[in-house]
Amino acid sequence: MKNTALTTTHKALGAKIVPFAGYNMPVQYEGVNIEHETVRKAVGMFDVSHMGEFLIEGEHALELIQKISSNDASKLTIGKAQYSCLPNDDGGIVDDLIIYKLKEEQYLLVVNAGNIEKDWNWITSKNDVGANMRDLSEDYSLLAIQGPKAIEAMQSLTSHDLSEIKFYNFVVGDFAGIDYVIISATGYTGSGGFEIYCKNSEVKQIWDKVLEAGADFGIKPIGLAARDTLRLEMGYCLYGNDIDDTTSPIEAGLGWITKFTKDFTNSEALKAEKEHGSQRKLIAFELDERGIPRHGYDIVDGNGKTIGVVTSGTMSPSLGKGIGLGYVPTVFAEVNSKINIQIRKNAVPATVIKLPFYK
Amino acid sequence: MNIPSDLKYTKDHEWVKIEGDVATIGITDFAQGELGDIVYVEVETLDETLDAEEIFGTVEAVKTVSDLFLPLSGEIIEFNEALEDEPEKVNSDPYGDGWMIKVKCSDMSQTEALMSADDYKALIGA
Repeated sequence: MKNTALTTTHKALGAKIVPFAGYNMPVQYEGVNIEHETVRKAVGMFDVSHMGEFLIEGEHALELIQKISSNDASKLTIGKAQYSCLPNDDGGIVDDLIIYKLKEEQYLLVVNAGNIEKDWNWITSKNDVGANMRDLSEDYSLLAIQGPKAIEAMQSLTSHDLSEIKFYNFVVGDFAGIDYVIISATGYTGSGGFEIYCKNSEVKQIWDKVLEAGADFGIKPIGLAARDTLRLEMGYCLYGNDIDDTTSPIEAGLGWITKFTKDFTNSEALKAEKEHGSQRKLIAFELDERGIPRHGYDIVDGNGKTIGVVTSGTMSPSLGKGIGLGYVPTVFAEVNSKINIQIRKNAVPATVIKLPFYK
Repeated sequence: MNIPSDLKYTKDHEWVKIEGDVATIGITDFAQGELGDIVYVEVETLDETLDAEEIFGTVEAVKTVSDLFLPLSGEIIEFNEALEDEPEKVNSDPYGDGWMIKVKCSDMSQTEALMSADDYKALIGA
């Protein structure tokens, strides 16, 4: 099991550490509900240094990215980031990722920790255009500072005007006494804020200064458990749960990052799927009665027949009810459709809703 | 770690308080700490008669589901309904307001197999 540069810091803060995607990661510090609420109402900081970072550069960098990515990276200008996915050849998804345009002919791809090796091998196999690739995953750390008070709490740490950085934009500049970090207005919580990319050797200083600067705003360190409840309340897909090698971006509701303005891996088939409609769809649902849906539970119709499966589920800390995502045949996917979630021996009624759960 | 000396314990991290032939059962302070924030306690076996080691309910934390095993054979005569609205009482007061069920025991000799507070302390390394 690998450690991040902050594992001992998390232990000293009393975090419960669990193995996740090959890393020892803090799952919670104080408790998932209070951490969740801290991000929704104030500001919290996550160590998500397990995430992978690839640098793709050279005159063929964009050409490679356009081949592998479902979104259209030609739309990126320097200082902008883009959510996308890497389709495979069989209709599924290799990974989802964020692509940053750092400079002309230089892009940063941020991928899921559990997929670093798979993604590297996949992209390498598609790199017949001669783009330069470097895996920076082991050298770089990532902190997510998220919540409605993030801008105000962090402004004293940088000379850049944080309120000027628009969603999915970034600057490379000074932060917490370090000259060059990426300050990115991205995140996985739906509560606003930033993500900071820095070198491993710099992350402890940044972590400490962020906690210091955020103290008056009620900042707390936040674990992966709250990261999951926060993202699920927004309906953000988690690779390995809601999307994987067998789910298409179209059925997963990721048509908005699947742009047929250019060719990419499996784009012909995905285009046909988009035109003709998917057989099944990823839906969001709320339980009508008490209960908590979980990954792997069956979705059943009124007659008790299995029609699908829950891919993510939890008790929503903000809403106080069971929420989840799952795949069902398209006929059951309309908003307000009634379905049932098989929770142990009970088929608990649920309603298909429009995302996000938390507004 | 709170491990009251007047209670009995199980390897499944439950506590048992015996009064006559009625056993009150909950989960230990250690168990609630390991589970984290408890969001649902489901007991659908009220009024049923079960054998020891059978599942009498489920406790759900945000991230995990754990089955609850009956430590002693008998009839489930009471469920702590306050937990339906305030399952967090299991976190805040596991040996008091966070109790889960009362069982009318059918075989009191089974209580001899329960662990003392000292044995339980040793089990969890407290």
